[in-house]
Amino acid sequence: MSIFVNKNTRLIVQGITGKEGSFHAQSCQEYGTNLVGGVTPKKGGTEILGVPVFNTVKEAVNEVNPNTSMIFVPARFAANAIIEAAEAGIKLIVCITEGIPVYDMINAKKAVTMNGARLIGPNCPGIISPDEAKVGIMPSKIHRKGNVGVISRSGTLTYEAVYQLTKLGIGQSTCIGIGGDPIIGTSFIDVLEAFQKDEQTEAICMIGEIGGSAEEEAADYIKTHVTKPVVSFIAGLSAPEGKRMGHAGAIISGGKGTASSKMEALTSSGVTVCKNPADLGISIQNILK
Amino acid sequence: MKIHEYQAKNLFKEYGINVPFSLLCEKREDIENIIKKVSLPCVIKAQVHSGARGKAGGVKLAKTYDEAVVIANNILGMELKSTQAGLKKVNKILIEQGVDIDKELYLSLTFDRKNECITFIISSEGGMDIEEVAKSMPDKIYTQHIDINFNPYETVSKLGLDENITNKICDIVKSLYKLTIEKDASLVEINPLVITKQKEVIAIDAKINFDDNALFRHEDILLLKDESEENPYELEAQKYGLNYIKLDGTIGCMVNGAGLAMATMDVIKLAGKDAANFLDVGGGASSEKIEKAFKLLISDENLKAVFINIFGGILRCDFLAEGVKNAIKTLNVECPVIVRMEGTNKEQGAEILNNSGLKFTVVNDLNEAIEVIKRI
Repeated sequence: MSIFVNKNTRLIVQGITGKEGSFHAQSCQEYGTNLVGGVTPKKGGTEILGVPVFNTVKEAVNEVNPNTSMIFVPARFAANAIIEAAEAGIKLIVCITEGIPVYDMINAKKAVTMNGARLIGPNCPGIISPDEAKVGIMPSKIHRKGNVGVISRSGTLTYEAVYQLTKLGIGQSTCIGIGGDPIIGTSFIDVLEAFQKDEQTEAICMIGEIGGSAEEEAADYIKTHVTKPVVSFIAGLSAPEGKRMGHAGAIISGGKGTASSKMEALTSSGVTVCKNPADLGISIQNILK
Repeated sequence: MKIHEYQAKNLFKEYGINVPFSLLCEKREDIENIIKKVSLPCVIKAQVHSGARGKAGGVKLAKTYDEAVVIANNILGMELKSTQAGLKKVNKILIEQGVDIDKELYLSLTFDRKNECITFIISSEGGMDIEEVAKSMPDKIYTQHIDINFNPYETVSKLGLDENITNKICDIVKSLYKLTIEKDASLVEINPLVITKQKEVIAIDAKINFDDNALFRHEDILLLKDESEENPYELEAQKYGLNYIKLDGTIGCMVNGAGLAMATMDVIKLAGKDAANFLDVGGGASSEKIEKAFKLLISDENLKAVFINIFGGILRCDFLAEGVKNAIKTLNVECPVIVRMEGTNKEQGAEILNNSGLKFTVVNDLNEAIEVIKRI
């Protein structure tokens, strides 16, 4: 079994009629994900990619019974789109949108928690369980089904790690980009917990970056709860303090959130920490031997 | 986004927070007239986006008119050296009426990432760097997580001040919360917040940072942006929607995705060199955007080589190759260009580069890149 998305995923896309939304909805559909509908206000009643478009998530829930939503709504409306999905009863919400104001996300996350939903992202590449379902924007071709779980705060750096694995003939159970924002729905710990329980997953590849303390918290969790081997890379060892490295969350401030403190915490929890991102694939290969 | 102290104080006034009377001065010839309008003693303060201005000599007290004129002339136009922001030219000074200080406190509201809420921090040890206080006297700092229905009274009263003053500070905390939410501030800091001998509570300093992602709904705040505080390369990059940060090294890099861009800087470091910049061209970059990005990169005088590292997903390698080829053709690029492309349309991209008649060093993976960069 993979985690969070699989053959039972019934996907709707919020913002499906936009350029990005339709492009990626199609790519997910072609990958084999069961796309059951889309939502765009005022476009209800039309059809795209062979599925119906609804005005609201609630209508979509009543008509096509989705369990997962992927959000491409522009940043200024995206937090409300998350809240709408959570209140309509969607259980897995994957928000791709980048640039959502942080105070909007405080409210969105509350709504997600109150409604018992899971949010992945925002500002993330999404999630893929190879050969089962893709709910995201990652290039499909680089993935291969297998036994390594991949978790990351970034997009293309995840593709880099996945590609290294696939080139070595090592497949993945599920790959998740949890997002680069200060407030995200699903943490490293949530995913580590799921991979630890998942029978298909035999090793975990965790890619972090500077900023915040999520990696340190993950390290504590690994020490006491994760028995499967974990290999990690932390991006930003050479990043200067006080500069935001692209992601809203990737900033070292007041001497906190440095790559070295994260690497130390992970190492002391028994994680194999790669200094060179080019070594991720080979390190996992060595561990699986 | 950061703003100046005088701008932050104007916002404080809008929210009913007391600040000392002050006037802004931007021209040397205005100094004398402005000082005449402010009562003595007065404080002359450099307006630059930088902490620790006092330590760097950018904040000084003047007791007499003559002294004030000399100090103001010294500070306006000076190159302020700060540990936090390097050298900065002072283009504006604030001339502010002095205050009879009885006690100095610290007060701030900030987005608390760990708890995913707004937190206010108050301390009896004002005027110092709060991180120092946190280290040396952690028991002098009180914090409270807040949301719309919060009451700061219990926390503020821990400072053991007069009831009247405690209430005044509570009102300030509530006003700052309103400002924080209404303007999407990621940090509001008053250090020091002063209790005067006349039992007034006054914000002597003011610092506000805003959430860049929320600026679309705050036209008034955007107007406060001081472009002279920004790096010219970074300003240029913003125009084209490029995510660019100027750094001190010699190897320029162009990458898609922030995480991979950071990892690429790390790879350059592993090769014994330093990155000249952070540059994320984003997911859907066109060949025109790539061309702009490349031009920006090579305008850096310190550059010894360029490393292009692209993992094509949404961004197609053929677009990238086209953009780089055009940029190199129109500009006179003399430094070596190392290219690593992977993913969507990699073969077409390689073909464009190979048929361009230009010289590239194509590498197949990051380890190969490290070897090539080592030799530069």
